[in-house]
Amino acid sequence: MRAGSEIRSFAPPPVDLREILRYAGIREATPEISALLEECLRQAEPVLQYRVCCRKFPVVFEADALDLGFTRTTSRNLRKNLENCRSLWLFSATVGLGMDRLIARYSRLSPAKGVLMQAIGTERVEALCDAFQGEIAAQEKSIAPRFSPGYGDFPLDCQRDIFAALDCGSIGLTLNSNLFMTPSKSVTAVIGVREG
Amino acid sequence: MNILEYMTQHLLFLDGGMGSLLFARGMQAGELPERWNLSHPEVITQIHKEYFDAGTHVVNANTFGANCLKFSEEELEQIVRSALENARAAAAQSASASEKWVALDIGPTGKMLAPYGDLDFEDAVKVFAKTVRLGVKYGADLIFIETMADSYETKAALLAAKENASLPVFVSNAYGADGKLMTGANPAAMVAMLEGMGADAIGVNCSLGPKALAPVVEEYLRYASVPVLLKPNAGLPQVVDGKTFYDVSPEEFAGEVAALVDKGVSIAGGCCGTTPAYIAALTNACQGMTPKTVQPKNICCVSSYTHCVRLDEAPVIIGERINPTGRKAFAQALRQGDLDAVLREAVSQQEAGADILDVNVGLPELNEAAVLPRAVGEIQAIVDLPLQIDTSHPAALEKALRRYNGKAMINSVNGKESSMASVFPLAKKYGAVVVALTLDEQGIPQRAAERIAIARRILNRAREYGLSEKDLIFDPLTMTVSTDPGSAGETLAAVSGIRLQLGCRCVLGVSNISFGLPGRELLNSTFLTLALEHGLSAAIVNPHSAAMRGSFAAFKALRGLDTGFTGYIAHCSAQQDSPAAPVKQANETLFQAIVTGRKEQAGALAGALLASTPPMELISREILPALDHVGRAFEEKKFYLPQLLMSAEAAKAAFDRIKAHFPKGTAADKCPVVLATVQGDIHDIGKNIVRLLLENYGFPVTDLGKDVAPETVVEAVVKLHAPLAGLSALMTTTVPAMEETIRQLREKAPWCRTVVGGAVLNRQYAQSIGADRYAADAMETVRYAEEIFEEAKNGRLK
Repeated sequence: MRAGSEIRSFAPPPVDLREILRYAGIREATPEISALLEECLRQAEPVLQYRVCCRKFPVVFEADALDLGFTRTTSRNLRKNLENCRSLWLFSATVGLGMDRLIARYSRLSPAKGVLMQAIGTERVEALCDAFQGEIAAQEKSIAPRFSPGYGDFPLDCQRDIFAALDCGSIGLTLNSNLFMTPSKSVTAVIGVREG
Repeated sequence: MNILEYMTQHLLFLDGGMGSLLFARGMQAGELPERWNLSHPEVITQIHKEYFDAGTHVVNANTFGANCLKFSEEELEQIVRSALENARAAAAQSASASEKWVALDIGPTGKMLAPYGDLDFEDAVKVFAKTVRLGVKYGADLIFIETMADSYETKAALLAAKENASLPVFVSNAYGADGKLMTGANPAAMVAMLEGMGADAIGVNCSLGPKALAPVVEEYLRYASVPVLLKPNAGLPQVVDGKTFYDVSPEEFAGEVAALVDKGVSIAGGCCGTTPAYIAALTNACQGMTPKTVQPKNICCVSSYTHCVRLDEAPVIIGERINPTGRKAFAQALRQGDLDAVLREAVSQQEAGADILDVNVGLPELNEAAVLPRAVGEIQAIVDLPLQIDTSHPAALEKALRRYNGKAMINSVNGKESSMASVFPLAKKYGAVVVALTLDEQGIPQRAAERIAIARRILNRAREYGLSEKDLIFDPLTMTVSTDPGSAGETLAAVSGIRLQLGCRCVLGVSNISFGLPGRELLNSTFLTLALEHGLSAAIVNPHSAAMRGSFAAFKALRGLDTGFTGYIAHCSAQQDSPAAPVKQANETLFQAIVTGRKEQAGALAGALLASTPPMELISREILPALDHVGRAFEEKKFYLPQLLMSAEAAKAAFDRIKAHFPKGTAADKCPVVLATVQGDIHDIGKNIVRLLLENYGFPVTDLGKDVAPETVVEAVVKLHAPLAGLSALMTTTVPAMEETIRQLREKAPWCRTVVGGAVLNRQYAQSIGADRYAADAMETVRYAEEIFEEAKNGRLK
């Protein structure tokens, strides 16, 4: 029902083990941790999905606010991020509910695996964002670093406007009344498109 | 004319897209289309009329998102009323000679249901029920549930329709390119659930074009015994300069849909990107075609939220281990409301190869009507196997069936009139396969012929309730062979009799056969093999038993039910791989096993050491020093969180072995601690970590779970007179709930200290909401709990 939303699917991006360990708060893996991580990855891989919903909007700089087409915001951090941008890509990305089921299973039955599953989910959705950003970078001349609601002074409330502007339902993504997303390993963000 | 009658003789054409047509007529992004029923009734009526003119029989009123989560009750009523009026007006204005009906259209709420989202299942049913009642009030001819991407939400909508209307209900789901719903269900699982609940037509809409949806549609046609509907998109959307185009033309669309009509689809229309031109092309392409007669498939199956398990193909294993009978620790945990043991059994039986899990939480002093649905919900949160709901308590059965996401199995009904009168209506309403025991008011007959006679009576009575052969699976009852040497033969004869004379399936619990004799596994597995050869479809067994699994694997291999012998080979290699005892590191001590986080070793070592070492000594010499070592290493940042947790799990494995050797009441338990993730928050890993560590350190923890109301925390603290409550919140938006919980604790349990943690909190923030202590990690919570315990012991806390 929301015209203009585009759906993209991605092949699994390469796994960055060091990044997963970093999200789990580990600098150096012991053999036991490596073995456990491998087991977790084996279980996660078949359930992961890589889906993005996106849409391009104009950026209008007003005296003390930004009009982004889907929302108006006075965020200074975002204003700085979008310097020299006349448009942006708004997107939502998710690795799917299967990851939440694994996280729920192990955070209940084996918190050690639960922590690693969490870290895998975070690394996977960030890798998906990187893959999407790569596509946008190839498509546009120059882009700004992606910026999400909740960063700096860009309010989390903006999630409601994002969900009104994108057809997130078609990638299975929902927003709950407390502004958290289900599936939990999901990201919403904007990527500014720089002029010249 | 009655639409269901019409459908038996004619193809039924639906309408096409609405949203894109409204945008073309000036609706702005972010506007709610349902409001246009009131603000632009002429536009809506015109679009409906164009569809009727194009040959549409059923127009969906513009109520897709009309629910009380998006609109006030007053506005909702106006919207539904005007939407149906607009559609009726269009039917009156259209010159088309076709039959015309108007459907109440129901789309998803946009919320995810619990446990992954925050919309409770029953609340979802209530939301849909409000819209359904308005649809009935304002004269809808049928209810059209569509674009559902989650099986659980689909169930809520269908249940609401069935409970609040007597209109025909069509149900359509949105499948991804992987052939599954967003939350994982495949077509066979959806067909099982929706048909079981009595949908009048089922099918597929949105997401993809007709060609891409063809494999899903063909699955529907393979499994469904009701008419199949199809409403695809006009291909895939392409966005050019912010405008959306679809890549399939009306003619291509019509040709591709007509090809599927030829294969058996009998209700067709379009979804996103389709216009009256597409429907006109479609009706044109289908001219002269008539619906294929829908053949009853008589498939005996149950389903979960991902897949269906057939009971009429290769025999299946039903895991029997979720059952407190004769298991003290399991029963004790259930009494305390702790479902971890249930969940552990669920996961381990799945890993052992169970196809379906029996769920029995019946204990004399337990409120089954509360515990059973909770257990079903918690198991379904983490295990995707279909469940067999095992209870003799009708209220508990109904609650569990309602909550169940899929088509469940019921264990059990029997030939007693009272049993059939209470179970069959529930099986009919919610859709289920019922295990029917061949006993009646006179007990269990000795002879096979009499058991078959009871089975026949049960089948006849089931038919009166609208059920059929495929909805029953008979259990002709395994009797102990040592007390009656002929009994095994009678049971086997009953199995084949029921298969051949009634055309029904059979299930048995087998272990009873060997009671009182040595070498029970040998008798059990041999009896199982015999029963399988007599036509048994499922056995309720312990899937951890290698002998039982072996009988299944060998039988399937010998009977051509295991293509390429993959199952048999996998079974045999699994037997070789599983070491009798975990590989022991040379001279590894229990201390080392815990420090390195080797769970299996720690358990095995503790078990072995118990032969020579008193339990208390084992704890004080090995486990506590190891925990202390790890805890300190973590605090000094030499150990990472996953290491701390692996050690904690290893220590728990050792404790579990030792506990069995403790005389009751001698465990050095410390003070009770109540834990909860606060209301509105569904993140619980941090809380679970704290729980694991507190338990390691000897604190009896009452874990209230996640999304817990302040009143529930207070109630538990007061009941236990707990000196400490730990609260967790991950979102800024749920911190107010934490503050409220603390406020209520202060008022009603002033003795209780509060410790808080979670991603959004810090010391200052914690202080500002009135918490006694902020803990940055699980070890800090443990240290604080020890402080409180010391104070309590020294009498400084009341």
